[in-house]
Amino acid sequence: MSWPASETSEVVRSPALAKFLEAIGPRPTAELLDLGPGIGPNIAFFGERIRCKIHVEDLYADLERHVQRGTLDRFPQFLATRLPRPDQSIDAVLCWDLFDYLDADAATVLAGELIRLLKPAGALLVFFSTVASDERGYRRYIIEDEEHLRYRSYPGACPRQRVLENRDIVRLFDRLRVSDSILLKSQLREMVFRKPGGAGQREPRPAAVSVDRGITSRAWRGSPDRPATP
Amino acid sequence: MWKREEAPRPTGMTGTPASTSYESPVMPVASDPGRGVQKPMKDEFVTIGKSIIIKGELSGGEDLTIEGQVEGKVELRDHVLTVGPNGRLKAQIFAKSIVVLGQVTGNLTATEKVDIGQNGSVEGDVVAPRVAIADGAHFRGSIDMQRKEGASPVARVMGTAKHDGKAPLAVASAKDELAGV
Repeated sequence: MSWPASETSEVVRSPALAKFLEAIGPRPTAELLDLGPGIGPNIAFFGERIRCKIHVEDLYADLERHVQRGTLDRFPQFLATRLPRPDQSIDAVLCWDLFDYLDADAATVLAGELIRLLKPAGALLVFFSTVASDERGYRRYIIEDEEHLRYRSYPGACPRQRVLENRDIVRLFDRLRVSDSILLKSQLREMVFRKPGGAGQREPRPAAVSVDRGITSRAWRGSPDRPATP
Repeated sequence: MWKREEAPRPTGMTGTPASTSYESPVMPVASDPGRGVQKPMKDEFVTIGKSIIIKGELSGGEDLTIEGQVEGKVELRDHVLTVGPNGRLKAQIFAKSIVVLGQVTGNLTATEKVDIGQNGSVEGDVVAPRVAIADGAHFRGSIDMQRKEGASPVARVMGTAKHDGKAPLAVASAKDELAGV
């Protein structure tokens, strides 16, 4: 998979987005945290259609700034204080593919922060690349409708750090359960995590199988009591 | 506090007229264009030039463009505030519509719309029924588009919203909802 430096755009089906919307849908006053740049169509979608209150905290811009200043080693400490919100104050988080750009320390800190911020039964949408690439640049994920995203690549200084294995991902979010995991043809893994607890939360079901355009991926779940298995 | 109830006079507004990419219905006085004294042509419309610095509360009853610096509070409840490309605001802003082409640090409340232009920057919380953020704009903060409807969000998303009889149907326009803001 290539990550072009010049700006390109393509529309891709996103099954996980639909699952994510289902997860946050029933909440009357949902608070959404978007860790990407403020994107007009996304703001309109969540604000006007879902009626969420949206908090935009562009961590990609912070990451880019640290890379350009040569202070990437201090990024984990920065992340530890970057989201000074109360515990369990957010219903849903759009993390996009941010974890692809983080080293192990930064990823651990950010995952801990997101788990802390999520309310019980809260949802987290994360994308993981499954193919290594040393090209630099980021993607904007623009919501076209409930099941489609427009990918728009734009240049940046930070390369993707590493490909996270499934077991690494589950360890990273060990206090969340995986509700959906879908591997796209593009080799991008879309995942929706849910925080255990909350009224109306269903009991964990057996490992599910998600299929998208011929690519089959197992969804699994982890819990603090019983480590998840891929 | 700076209040503006009358037509602009050639005093006080001493900023150099900014060269902006949008059309403005004001023009500088011909005898002294460098001073940027401006008169309205048709509708009431005022520009605060880029050399002007205001600290305090700014309120008025006409559309306003700010190209200078303002710290404090800006209130144009029934009018449009435009923060021009040179505008730098550290202020709480209340207006009917707010267009940001420059930089704003502070909370924005609009009864109709907040529009952040391509090179605009906002760090603060936005409350408005409609918010538009252009590609390339910088935004950090929260956005609340206010809700008064009874339909469940998921039903709205899937286009199957039905009134369940428990919550009142939304009959008021956005303007009506926000009349008391």
